[in-house]
Amino acid sequence: MTVEKLKEAVRKILPEVDVVIGYRQGFDPLHATPFFMTKPEQVDQLIWNPLCVQNLCSYLPFLKGKVGVIVKGCDSRAIVQYMQEKLIARENVKVIGVPCLRVISVKKVLAAINQQSVQEVTFEGENILVKTPEGQKTIPLADVAPRKCATCQLATPLQYDLLAGDAIQSNKPQDTFEETKEFEKLPLKERRAYWEKEFDRCIRCYACRNACPMCICQDKCIAESRDPHWTSQRANVTEKSMFHMIHGLHLAGRCISCEECERVCPMDIPVAKIKKKISMDLKELFNYEAGMNPDDTPPLYTFKIEEATIKEHEL
Amino acid sequence: MSYVAGKELRIVGFLCNWCSYGGADTAGVGRFKQPTDLRIIRVPCSGRVNPLFVIKALLNGADGVLVSGCHPRDCHYSDGNFYARRRLEMLKRLLPFLGIDDRRFHYTWVSASEGARWKNVVTDFTKAIHELGPFHQKEEKTE
Repeated sequence: MTVEKLKEAVRKILPEVDVVIGYRQGFDPLHATPFFMTKPEQVDQLIWNPLCVQNLCSYLPFLKGKVGVIVKGCDSRAIVQYMQEKLIARENVKVIGVPCLRVISVKKVLAAINQQSVQEVTFEGENILVKTPEGQKTIPLADVAPRKCATCQLATPLQYDLLAGDAIQSNKPQDTFEETKEFEKLPLKERRAYWEKEFDRCIRCYACRNACPMCICQDKCIAESRDPHWTSQRANVTEKSMFHMIHGLHLAGRCISCEECERVCPMDIPVAKIKKKISMDLKELFNYEAGMNPDDTPPLYTFKIEEATIKEHEL
Repeated sequence: MSYVAGKELRIVGFLCNWCSYGGADTAGVGRFKQPTDLRIIRVPCSGRVNPLFVIKALLNGADGVLVSGCHPRDCHYSDGNFYARRRLEMLKRLLPFLGIDDRRFHYTWVSASEGARWKNVVTDFTKAIHELGPFHQKEEKTE
């Protein structure tokens, strides 16, 4: 898919909507940034490449009027989940779908080039070429793709009004939650120590919450409220863990596994790991995946009188 | 939360007003001998119990948390405990992932007439928690 096709799609949609959200070059060649287009001449600045990692759907519940948005396969689950929770009116959103096989993780690229400043980035086939003061480095895209891309089943978005490019099928294996199961094999003590170490780094910047497409009540977040006082301002691991538990549990049955929380974390805390575990349990207990079908009822909003999968616990 | 050091542990119980709280009362009226580690918080329904209550209690000093409601199909509000069952089961599976022994959290159903059953639940759960020992290693001030 070329960027020209995408520009053409945006130009076509722009007269019908107030704003189209896409991507443009960020502060350096390695970063793309969200881009709000209201005038046709702005469309020339639009870019499309594996740097376009952000989930632009996150803006939708907060925008009024008609909005166009560029959506990848993984992001489209957010649209489905918003429709399910009636957070957006689908007729007010024009979805420009883009087929996508993988994006990149900026953190992984920076690690591969020893955190050098980036002078130029180009894409050649399945490789990313990064030019730094130390010289040029070629990295295969698969090596620097985020975890979610390895098991992505949605190469083509679930929802779109206009598809820029041809619909493609994913060639990735299904997610078997291998990493989660591996972690569960560790002794209990090590698991507790692991999370204490990880959460202790948290600076409570709330970036994970702010970037989360499903954290729609972040202006009234109970993590910052004094009444009820769920967390205090104390900078200890108890309060930090509590915040992550609030974030994780409020997403149970709603998390669409976009892993934006982990991408934006400045302290590299594996926050998506908890959400992944919850997703795994939901799949096992209720055979449910969030953000796949707008007509689904989330499993925790409903019940069965006889639960086949839940056994009574004995003491 | 005060406790008798060395003898007692801190156990928090969330009991539904209509069944388990009544069950605990029946156990008391029946003069059943029960351990004293449990501190009861009365809630309108087990469906009122936010899984975060349990996590907050465990993170802030409790050694065990017990949630008890009406038996399924007997909920005073007809379906509160059905929702609770799904939520609490999810929580029960999540706790070990965080490195918290899932035996520290138990949810069960006790009706208002089941005084003897309540006594057994409290005794067995307290025993299980004592076998696990204190959850927080730090020496804490006792009053």
